[in-house]
Amino acid sequence: MSISRRTLLRNTAALGAFAGAGLPHIWIKNADLAYAAGGEIKVGVLFSLTGTTAIIEESLNKATLLAIEEINAAGGIKGSKIVPIVEDPASDPATFSEKARKLVVGDKCVSVFGSYTSASRKAVLPVFERQNNLYWYPTLYEGRECSKNVIYTGAVPNQQQDEFVPWLVKKFGKKFYLIGSNYIYPKEENNYCKKLLEKLGGEVVAEEYVPLGHSEFSSVINKIRSTQPNVIFSTVVGDSVVALHRQYRAAGLDPEKMPMASLTTSENEVAAMGGEAAAGHFTSAPYFMVHKSPENEKFVAAYKKRWGADKVTHFVSEACYFQTYLFKQAVEKLATSDLTPPNIRDAVKGEGMIAPQGKVQIEPENLHTWLWPKIAQAKSNGQFEILVESKEWLKPVPYAAYPGQSCTEKGLVEKS
Amino acid sequence: MDQFIEQIVTGLSIGSILLLVALGLSIIYGSMGIINLAHGEFVMLGAYAAWVFHTYFGWSLLTSLVPIFLVVAAFGWVIERYVLSLLNNRPLDTILATWGVGIMLQQAVRLMVGSELRYVQLPPALSDSMNVFGIPISSYRVFLFVVSIALFAATWLLMNRTTVGMKLRAIIQDRSVAASFGINAKRVYALTFAYGAGLAGLAGALVSPLKSVSPDMGTGYVVDAFMVVVLGGVQSLAGTVASAFILGELSGGIAFLQNDTVAKAIVLLAIVVLIRFRPEGLFTARVRA
Repeated sequence: MSISRRTLLRNTAALGAFAGAGLPHIWIKNADLAYAAGGEIKVGVLFSLTGTTAIIEESLNKATLLAIEEINAAGGIKGSKIVPIVEDPASDPATFSEKARKLVVGDKCVSVFGSYTSASRKAVLPVFERQNNLYWYPTLYEGRECSKNVIYTGAVPNQQQDEFVPWLVKKFGKKFYLIGSNYIYPKEENNYCKKLLEKLGGEVVAEEYVPLGHSEFSSVINKIRSTQPNVIFSTVVGDSVVALHRQYRAAGLDPEKMPMASLTTSENEVAAMGGEAAAGHFTSAPYFMVHKSPENEKFVAAYKKRWGADKVTHFVSEACYFQTYLFKQAVEKLATSDLTPPNIRDAVKGEGMIAPQGKVQIEPENLHTWLWPKIAQAKSNGQFEILVESKEWLKPVPYAAYPGQSCTEKGLVEKS
Repeated sequence: MDQFIEQIVTGLSIGSILLLVALGLSIIYGSMGIINLAHGEFVMLGAYAAWVFHTYFGWSLLTSLVPIFLVVAAFGWVIERYVLSLLNNRPLDTILATWGVGIMLQQAVRLMVGSELRYVQLPPALSDSMNVFGIPISSYRVFLFVVSIALFAATWLLMNRTTVGMKLRAIIQDRSVAASFGINAKRVYALTFAYGAGLAGLAGALVSPLKSVSPDMGTGYVVDAFMVVVLGGVQSLAGTVASAFILGELSGGIAFLQNDTVAKAIVLLAIVVLIRFRPEGLFTARVRA
């Protein structure tokens, strides 16, 4: 095949015209975007409504929309309504990035609330950094990230484990069986768990990862039976959680002697496996649906009224709910003409509120959130019983497993 | 020694689930030459049927097995009759067609039931563990083993000891000659496909108490089932059984020594190597060309 000079020129010109017309954001970077035009503040809501993680992300979408509707019903933000633009990234990181770009560049959203998995957060990160926009991430995650374009409202490892692991060692013993799904989050959490165990003189009898979506745990259960750990420390995620619990139960293992301790099993997962299968096992998280506080009673009642009496709230959907209110508080501090993502970020630093779990606050240093760790045991009715409540809130330390590193204003620094 | 027996038993239990899922696929593929990519969705339909019967009618899993088989078989029949039979002499097109049917079934369930995970209660009589050679193992897994062997036996009898089975074998050998003897190939094909789909539905219902029920649960099963069929050799029911248990023991064993991630990789690799040297699979029924 030969390409004549003329065709080449013509094609190049066409391509250039297409790029110029179809992809304006290449040329216009950070132009003055009118973020609060016509009494409307547009925000993106980016949770998967289809695909493998839709099972949980649907509830995050619902909690976010509930908060937005409540804020609008109470008069909006200084008279402006929040307009949510809902996109479905279909549990696919590439689609996440595409939709994030659409929300930020095309729809000119001033912030985007979204995602559940670390993979999807990593996928949208470049979009928010390049456009200097703001992403609100509600999920517990592995820490180890510093971005001035993300507000993190979920727990990092130190907030879930610092009290949990010593408590487990004291109550059940020092032999831990670590099991997780095979990706970054479980590995980092287990990394941190091993550091804590080392300090406590504990022992890891096995550390094992199963493929994502794995549902055949008979070999794992055999190994558990032959190693006889005191605690099965689980960071298995998604529908594997259901299979693991149901097969543990069917194999006749006893949670009283050998409980599973999880950082990922919430009311949502329990609803999917049935209370019977979950009963007796433990979870550490900043929020449980049964938590007694006027704020939580209001949240649970509103959620059920809006989305159905059989629906449950859990520690990720709670973060979705309160982060939307934090967004509102930050915007309220700004004049309409100053409404830009960087200004919102600066306004949200140190901002706090009484969330359903208790008072939360954004740590100015690393944009993560001060939270209230709790330890709870699952009951057969599908709810948890809170056994230990932290006496004070816990500072988020995203680099807790890496003592040489810390998060600052300018990003990650290495302490010398 | 104990551990060795324990591992053998575990492998059998993994194998029996593989067999349950692969049996239907093997019949459809072996006798009709259709690569049924919607097989995973039949598994999923069976699991949802179990969930519906359990939640809305209050039937225990054991009592609803027959209705589940009939419901999913009916789905299979309709799909064969109105989609696949139109593509009679185009086996490659059926891949695309069944793939499309699979997507439609998945989305239909998602739209009608929602994408939340569901579960089915273990039958109370089988919810404990029992001792097998002194090793505690879930009674339900023993039950699955027994059922998968029974279903295999039933299928073998159906294929080799009934008129419909004989007709089917005749069609496989030479369709036009069979037709000239007055065998209604269309009807036999529809019945075969329906039976295969029904078996998949049963598999889905039977694994639902151990695993979760969700619209995309079938995807993983269809891959496993194809591995079994390919390893076992097409048109060989005995091969399907043998390869299901070989794969079960192999992946269970490697998972015990290493972990499940490694097991998945090694099993796949082993099949690739085997197919390179024995493209017809481990066990091949003799077929007249």
